[in-house]
Amino acid sequence: MRKPTIKALSLWRPGHTKGSLFRLTPLVLLLLIWQLGSHVASPGMLPSPLAVVSVIAAEAWSGALFLNLAITLARVAASFALAMVLGTVLGVAMGRDKTIDRLCDPLLIVLLNLPALVVIVLAYIWIGLNEAAAIGAVALNKLPNTTVILREGTRALDKSLDEMARVFGLPLGTKLRHVVLPQLAPYFAAAMRTGLSLVWKIVLIAELLGRSNGVGFEIGIAFQLFDLTRLLAYALPFVGLMLAIETFLVQPFERHISRWRPRHGT
Amino acid sequence: MELDVTIARKTLRTASGQTRTILHDVAFSLRQGEVCACIGPSGCGKTTLLRIIAGLDADFEGRVVLPIEHKTGMVFQEPRLLPWRSVAQNLRLVGVSSENDLAEIVASLRLSLHLDHFPGELSLGLARRVAIARAFAIKPDLLLLDEPFVSLDAALAARLREELLALVMKRKATTLIVTHDVEEAIAIADRIIVLAAAPGHLIADRTIEAPRGALTHARIAKLKDAILSVMANAGS
Repeated sequence: MRKPTIKALSLWRPGHTKGSLFRLTPLVLLLLIWQLGSHVASPGMLPSPLAVVSVIAAEAWSGALFLNLAITLARVAASFALAMVLGTVLGVAMGRDKTIDRLCDPLLIVLLNLPALVVIVLAYIWIGLNEAAAIGAVALNKLPNTTVILREGTRALDKSLDEMARVFGLPLGTKLRHVVLPQLAPYFAAAMRTGLSLVWKIVLIAELLGRSNGVGFEIGIAFQLFDLTRLLAYALPFVGLMLAIETFLVQPFERHISRWRPRHGT
Repeated sequence: MELDVTIARKTLRTASGQTRTILHDVAFSLRQGEVCACIGPSGCGKTTLLRIIAGLDADFEGRVVLPIEHKTGMVFQEPRLLPWRSVAQNLRLVGVSSENDLAEIVASLRLSLHLDHFPGELSLGLARRVAIARAFAIKPDLLLLDEPFVSLDAALAARLREELLALVMKRKATTLIVTHDVEEAIAIADRIIVLAAAPGHLIADRTIEAPRGALTHARIAKLKDAILSVMANAGS
């Protein structure tokens, strides 16, 4: 007999290690092309992987790399969390209530189409060159995306299950936890996945424009010096970090919430 | 628990903006523990009637009187299980009266081997049994069943009917069961109400005096003929 509790807790199984290795193949290929390209191009245009690794090592040794990564990651986490919470609340409200939907929809369309740069610059001018402005501006860029996805999820809620819950008189907490949230979870996961990539792209711009630390700031310095080695030395570890978060947090979460779906051919 | 239903009119606005009457002049009341079968052709508003009694549809002229404190167990036409919860969780979520009762119901509906399965892994027949078990498990005062034994094999359907009657006897649950099977209605009900179609209205309300199971074959055949002729007259 199967034991669902254990199954639900084990987020990744041994079989996935092989899958992860397979996923690395295109990255290894990219590295090879880079190595070959660096032999052809001048070091100023494309430094060799080894040169970049040595700068990464130096920055890591001084501690600057970790500090900047941590600062940027904290900004990503803060604005991501803010946008997810507010976006979810607004999305659910708009999905449930037609009046709220009609009131907020034009604003949502404006926000969706407003360039990230405009929001960031306005925030720095109006609020000041500080942390609140940076995080708020990034969250505001991500918010409409979360709202649109969660509104769709709320509209798609199964009415027949809602009726079942009403007839059986399920308490609100039980209903939320067992009837509503499992239906919203796939939408939440989709918002998470698109949101995370969106947020960390925009955070770097916000740092470049108005902060004096973080990966975006370091890349800005590298740009002013035309130091491609240094630019890559900051960009690559950050990409790696995001890849790790995607692989070890976002994907296991998605697997966890869809564990009840019958698996076909896997 | 007593149930008193008076529906003067239930209308529906169609997509084209017209008002269509679904039900009119349906009135009956059930004593505590009475098992009433509601039969009628498709589209006569049987399901609408159940939804009104269950409190899912308040947009009608008339009233439904129920005690303030009551537990409703309902078996919908579709199983309506939570696909992301196991069979056991689906049963427990609605508020099981006691573990012993649950074990008893699970055993009698032969679900013991399926408790850890998710609804997507069950056949429709099994899923229906889980839905029936869920309605039984809360020990309802009011039991509403919308064609619960459709698509089950004859032997299982017969056993489930007996289970249903045992539960009703033990618990004195007032029961309204929608069916289009006249024989099934005669087999389980103390009372049969017949609806005619387009728009649905009450055309017959018959109480079966003899205690359950005590009907002779001749009496059953006579009842069946009587009900079928009422339905045929309404249809012509």
